[in-house]
Amino acid sequence: MADEIVFDGRTVPVLPGQTVAGALWEAGIRSWRTTPVARAQRGLFCGIGACFDCLATIDGVPGQRACLAIARPGMVVSSRHDLVGAASPGTSATPGPPSAARYDVAVVGAGPAGLAAAATAALGGSRVALIDGAGQPGGQFWRQRESMGEGEERGYRDWPVFAGLRSIVEERVDHIPNATVWFAEPGFVLHTTAGRVEAGRVVLATGAYDRVLPFPGWDLPGVVTPGAAQALLKGSGVAVGRDVVVAGAGPFLLPVAVGQAAAGVRVIGVYEAGDPRGYLGRPGSIVGVAGKVREAMAYAAALARRRVPYRVRHAVIAAYGEAGVSGVDVARLDNAGQVVAGSVKRVTCDAVAIGYGFTANLDLALMLGCATRVSADGGLAVMVGGEGQTSVPGVYAAGEITGVGGATLSVVEGELAGSAAAQAAGSSDPLSGRELASLRRRRRRLRAFADAMHAAHAPPAGWPVWLEDQTLVCRCEEVPYASIAAAVTDLGASDARTVKLLARPGMGWCQGRVCGYATAELTARLCDRDVRRDDLATYAHRPFAAPMLLGDLSRPT
Amino acid sequence: MAMSQPRSATADVVVVGAGVVGAACAYYAARAGLRVAVVDRGPMAGGTTGAGEGNLLVSDKSPGPELDLTLHSLALWEELGSSLDADAFELERKGGLVVAATASALETLRTLGTEHRALGITVLELGPDDVHTYEPHLRHGLAGGASYPQDMQLQPMLATAHLLKAAVRDHGASFHPGATVTAIELDHGGRVAAVRTSSGSIATPAVVNAAGTWAGDVARLAGVDVPIMPRRGFILVTEPLTSAGEAPPIRHKVYAAEYVANVASEASDLQTSAVVEGTRAGTVLIGASRERVGFDRTFALPVLRRLAAQAIDLFPFLAGVHVIRAYVGFRPYSPDHLPVIGPDPRVPGLLHACGHEGAGIGLAPATADLITSALVGAAPAVDPVPFTPERFAVASIAGEANG
Repeated sequence: MADEIVFDGRTVPVLPGQTVAGALWEAGIRSWRTTPVARAQRGLFCGIGACFDCLATIDGVPGQRACLAIARPGMVVSSRHDLVGAASPGTSATPGPPSAARYDVAVVGAGPAGLAAAATAALGGSRVALIDGAGQPGGQFWRQRESMGEGEERGYRDWPVFAGLRSIVEERVDHIPNATVWFAEPGFVLHTTAGRVEAGRVVLATGAYDRVLPFPGWDLPGVVTPGAAQALLKGSGVAVGRDVVVAGAGPFLLPVAVGQAAAGVRVIGVYEAGDPRGYLGRPGSIVGVAGKVREAMAYAAALARRRVPYRVRHAVIAAYGEAGVSGVDVARLDNAGQVVAGSVKRVTCDAVAIGYGFTANLDLALMLGCATRVSADGGLAVMVGGEGQTSVPGVYAAGEITGVGGATLSVVEGELAGSAAAQAAGSSDPLSGRELASLRRRRRRLRAFADAMHAAHAPPAGWPVWLEDQTLVCRCEEVPYASIAAAVTDLGASDARTVKLLARPGMGWCQGRVCGYATAELTARLCDRDVRRDDLATYAHRPFAAPMLLGDLSRPT
Repeated sequence: MAMSQPRSATADVVVVGAGVVGAACAYYAARAGLRVAVVDRGPMAGGTTGAGEGNLLVSDKSPGPELDLTLHSLALWEELGSSLDADAFELERKGGLVVAATASALETLRTLGTEHRALGITVLELGPDDVHTYEPHLRHGLAGGASYPQDMQLQPMLATAHLLKAAVRDHGASFHPGATVTAIELDHGGRVAAVRTSSGSIATPAVVNAAGTWAGDVARLAGVDVPIMPRRGFILVTEPLTSAGEAPPIRHKVYAAEYVANVASEASDLQTSAVVEGTRAGTVLIGASRERVGFDRTFALPVLRRLAAQAIDLFPFLAGVHVIRAYVGFRPYSPDHLPVIGPDPRVPGLLHACGHEGAGIGLAPATADLITSALVGAAPAVDPVPFTPERFAVASIAGEANG
């Protein structure tokens, strides 16, 4: 008999290592949460724990993210969100004994940057802890199913790099899996869901999640981020739909579309709002990053082989459907990023994977007081020096949080930050002068390439025009565009923080992770000015990096 | 509505500070026919107003001038509720419930209740079982409590915005966010002549210092000292617990009897007592902590843990509820814990409306009423003497004489 979980009284088969969301999706269940205001149906959206749309009650504990929870046979999953008299406290976290050990370096995040930082610092002789929320190292980029079959790694890029870093980590680093850091104190004390970790230096490699712009219908079940589609496939072996539209902007759309197509899904089209011909044709930005270009070409060729249309300067501007998405409006965009009149076409589909680049995960960096800046992609990023040092002594940052730039750049930055942190801890320098110089050169080239890429894949300027008054901007608190506009035009808000205080975007479960960028941009436009750092930062500052049960908070770890 | 440049270079009064007190002062003064300009270095509700719970309480105040001012203020809030749209700023007559864990705490609560009733305040004495009729999820074994139906709650940021909006739209005031006051200019006679800001100067015979916790800085620009200091507080916010239209699991503002003692306390070290209430958004707000640590905005985990533990002690079900955020603010307090309201005799034309500690939301309309009376020369509705700015100057001189 196959393994099963129970969802609202119905049995749902699960494969080993699948997430709860993955198992439900495979069973054709697209929504399992009802929103408090409009009583709308929600299910998977971001797929990697950032958006909180997929909350479910799991084994009696409400407020669990189905996209993160691994489905164990016999689990009972409920769409109800019973609060009063709910599960006994302390079931979501299992605080371990306080660690007596103090590490030289604690690395947060086991994706490309974190793995590289941890491995490099350990090679220098530092005592290193690598803390990560997932059960296995790899982050989003090298996300795997818990029990992966022989040869499955062929689907991953740069697997040998991962395998190399992982083996160093296995040998020399204390890898603390299933540990989400929810609070960080100076000095440094990291409070995780698996106990507390102390370290003299911290390398933050907390990565990024998909950036989504609101549009009418984006809250329908079946509209997900590209990251969610990818996580479903890599993490649970589940395709996001049968007839899938991939849209948004950025090179990440390519592997997502290729992955779905390879899994047997009909990819109806890839609609790219930007125009990558811009940077691919600019030789200056390509020197030293030939690998990146080859990679893009290979994906493009794979799409062509499968006859998947790839349209540049096209965007999904609305989604339709009753219980879930059943179609989208695709429009052609002019050079200014505005919809070309008469170009809108209805396309039938049962899933949409849409995203416009990434948002850096800055909870811990901001909690520790690191200075930030507006990055080349218009999002917020940690300000770092040449070795990844932040404005806070002892805190280093690497990878996407220093400015989104992809996995290769993340590994380079991780090596630099890991080396600097190890040296600061008094360990020997793990890298030779030549290696360091070469890393710095590579970082410069990759960063220049990333900047050119951001320019070519910028969110289309016309996106606010697609919004209708009742289009939700904040999915959690169900704040429509009209309320955001009224906060500015009627109540006189002149910055994004005041908009938040008056209209509640960013006040809900996800704490502005999803709506922060859009709300900051909309506020700036409504105030007839450019977006400022403080507009973005107000949605990125979070006193808790993850929701905590009050019962767990009340007990010192 | 927002303007970055002062619309007119002259005004009858410039209000410094666009928190709830400044907004109320602007609204009342403009309604009385004065030309008002409001300036703030940041946006509206950017300081303590944006970090409060929105309580309008009689229950936590001992008989005395602050309670007199509160009773007047709550009546004005009711009035504002009908003239401005109570729903727009979520004014709720939800009532307060004070609970006592021990017989001695209950004794203190009963004594206060008797005093309150003598002033005409409605107080219902509740036994250990009665409290559950009011709040079914309270823990068992409490000694008893008291119900205060006159306690109210509102959403302070929305209230501020609507007061400012009405002042600007209906009564010709102007609002200048992002305008930092750099100087208060005096004429040869030492009277207020103009307010200079980072975005222009406004000629005016009167300045209302409604800068909250930062009021001391503004007073210094006019060459006087007003002793306002920060008292830090944190509030935990839970996940939304109810859907629209559902009865919230916590219906009143519920707090432990010790809170009354903490509010009045002189101690500088950390004090916490459980204050728990629901909001219209479905969340539960959990306070309250008091610390004198300057303007340190760092979230202190031990304090947050204590707030969580105390709230769970009152409502055990909260142990299984998620906290999703927290916020920090600084209550502006004065040495005698009374607000500073009225003309400053040292600088003609300078008026103060500050130092409301944790009660600024509740006291804003009465403060504005007193200020407006002083501006237009009308008789005050409440005795203003206990709040006069010169009381500290007198106290410090007396202190020196005695020392």
